[in-house]
Amino acid sequence: MDEAGAIEGGAIPHEGAVVERQDELTPLHPDHVKVLRISALFYLVPLLIAAIVFELIGFAPAGIFVVPVLVLAVLILWRVPLRRYHAKGYAMGSDRLRVVRGLWFRSDTVVPFGRVQHIDVHQGPVERHYDLATLVLHTAGTHNSSVALPGLLNETALEMRETIRERIKRDTM
Amino acid sequence: MIGPDEEARPDPLAGGDQARVIKLDGTAPSRAATIANDGEEQRTDPKGFIASGASLSSNMLLPLLALGYTFSSDGISIPFILSMFGIFLCAAMALAYLSWRRLTYRVGETDIRVTSGILSRQARSVPYERIQDVSVEQSLVPRLLGLVAIKFETGAGGKDELALAYLGEAEGERLRELVRERRDGQATAALASADGDAEAVPGDAGEVIFAMDRRRVLTFGFFEFSLAVVAAAFAAVQQFDFALPFDIYDFDAWQDLLAGPGAALYGMGAMAQVVGGIVAVLSLVLIGLVTGLVRTVLREWDFTLLRTPKGFRRRRGLLTRTDVVMPVHRVQALKIATGVIRRRFGWHSLKLVSLAQDSGGASHDAAPFARMEEIEPIVRAAGFDPVPAATEWRRGSLNHAKDAAFVTALLLLSIAGAIAVFLLFGGQDIARGYWLVPFGLLCLSGVLAAWEILGWSKRLNALDDHQLYFRRGILAGKTDIADRAKLQSVEISRGPIAQRRGYATLKLGLAGGSFVLEGLPVERAHELREALLESMTRSDFSVVVAA
Repeated sequence: MDEAGAIEGGAIPHEGAVVERQDELTPLHPDHVKVLRISALFYLVPLLIAAIVFELIGFAPAGIFVVPVLVLAVLILWRVPLRRYHAKGYAMGSDRLRVVRGLWFRSDTVVPFGRVQHIDVHQGPVERHYDLATLVLHTAGTHNSSVALPGLLNETALEMRETIRERIKRDTM
Repeated sequence: MIGPDEEARPDPLAGGDQARVIKLDGTAPSRAATIANDGEEQRTDPKGFIASGASLSSNMLLPLLALGYTFSSDGISIPFILSMFGIFLCAAMALAYLSWRRLTYRVGETDIRVTSGILSRQARSVPYERIQDVSVEQSLVPRLLGLVAIKFETGAGGKDELALAYLGEAEGERLRELVRERRDGQATAALASADGDAEAVPGDAGEVIFAMDRRRVLTFGFFEFSLAVVAAAFAAVQQFDFALPFDIYDFDAWQDLLAGPGAALYGMGAMAQVVGGIVAVLSLVLIGLVTGLVRTVLREWDFTLLRTPKGFRRRRGLLTRTDVVMPVHRVQALKIATGVIRRRFGWHSLKLVSLAQDSGGASHDAAPFARMEEIEPIVRAAGFDPVPAATEWRRGSLNHAKDAAFVTALLLLSIAGAIAVFLLFGGQDIARGYWLVPFGLLCLSGVLAAWEILGWSKRLNALDDHQLYFRRGILAGKTDIADRAKLQSVEISRGPIAQRRGYATLKLGLAGGSFVLEGLPVERAHELREALLESMTRSDFSVVVAA
């Protein structure tokens, strides 16, 4: 689960050229797909329950609710997380962090270390299970006041935090 | 709940121990001496509770009057209503007195602390170096009593800002000077090695760089004509219609009212109705004009912008005087704007973007109504350069304008189509006049689509050695100027259409404002980002904002 080699390893098939400039980016940890799937499941459960309830009431032909919902569920659980995973990436420069995400709405954000106000490393329960973490950089800007980079190995996230912190010059306290 | 022994023992929240520690070791005795009782808990001015009680009562005056009116029309006796008013007034005063008693502040060595709250207590501490600017406000009643309200802007915004109401005028000024001195003292001490240009303004104290005389304020007022006020007045009538003695939607009641002198008017026929219509429109225009004038005069009266060694200092207001100081190095960006009509007469406005908020607005009005020649020196004083004549302006992506025009037109046309289908199959009894609606929408879609394309030719961006410019607007131009070094982050975002059509939106993180360039060609967006990042990485945040 936490072999370091998995980051570079082609454990997950790359589905075609998703975006331009993807090559120079570091991909996230493959387990991030599982985290995405599990969180998608949380959203799907109420929908599935509703479909089953409608099915049991039985006022419409059999399968009219369950079949589309199941197709949708498979899509959301299998394909979407994979595509979202491949759309994400980051690049750690000597003086900046670049975070790329989004499938339909692509966003490509760069935060110079010199503009970081404070840094969070956040771990949700699912993330913790896979030993992953989310690195959040806070800036003083009104737009992009916090830039989150999920799907990092906890170790990597902590390491990155230290690196960034070292490069921030001491504030005027 | 509040026993007599309450004030004898120090409030646990107020950090009384800490206050003593600071007093004992006395790290900066020279500065501490500037205010008597420094580091001790103090109350605001005793007269303050009268002022806050008065403002509390005046806030409730209108609803109370409405309530009283309905009561009196319900046959409840006037003395009873008056005594209710009296009880309410006493309650407001008592509340104001209690909150005065329970509010203490302490000017410490590194921060200013305020402890307040009648039942639930809160203690707030604001470190000096985080205070963006200190503003002094004087509304009518406090002004008569010689009191001021002081606000410390940290960029937290709105209710989270620390405010002290009310202090005596002298105490207020002294406190403000002290806070400013300590803040700058700390900042310069910390920055001494970093660079020398933290104090960009030369030492000439209080030079007026912009002022508006009475004539200018009145002219400004005429341009502030606003129909929004008329709409608001109408909405207010709807809100408070319960207080009126008749139902305004009841046609019979109106007929009864018109039965007297109105009946004669009603009988005069079409001519009188046309005249009546013109009078109604004229009176609406007059209301809009007068409210615009009154609001402007109240807000902008005796507007003076000074350039002091500490930064900009702005005073304005007729009944409520405000006095705001903003350090020059906190200015993050500039916004120069104008209006459709005022542009023809050469009037423009200048706003300064910073983390702190101006009363109500996100940015500070530095010159709300000025000639371009007058704005230029302010721009220079703020540490920016006016837009150079030889700027190499670049246009956005034409595809973006086309797509925007297409989407807008499509939206309106589909609404028009839906209405047309409804009119066709909706039955015979629909009047022909309704066909004007889809036809109007058709015309509107054409106009708006043309507007988008026109807007493309006016939406320009430019970059020079230390500033980024963004200009837009067809009838009333707006120009934003950002300091390249003061940006916080750069994001290129692209929606599904933008990805296929080769354009992108550049979103820049700016402390206290927004700077978004829409519809740039992808290459230009990346080019701008590389250039901006290069200048951003050269300086540290602490130099840019916290300095």
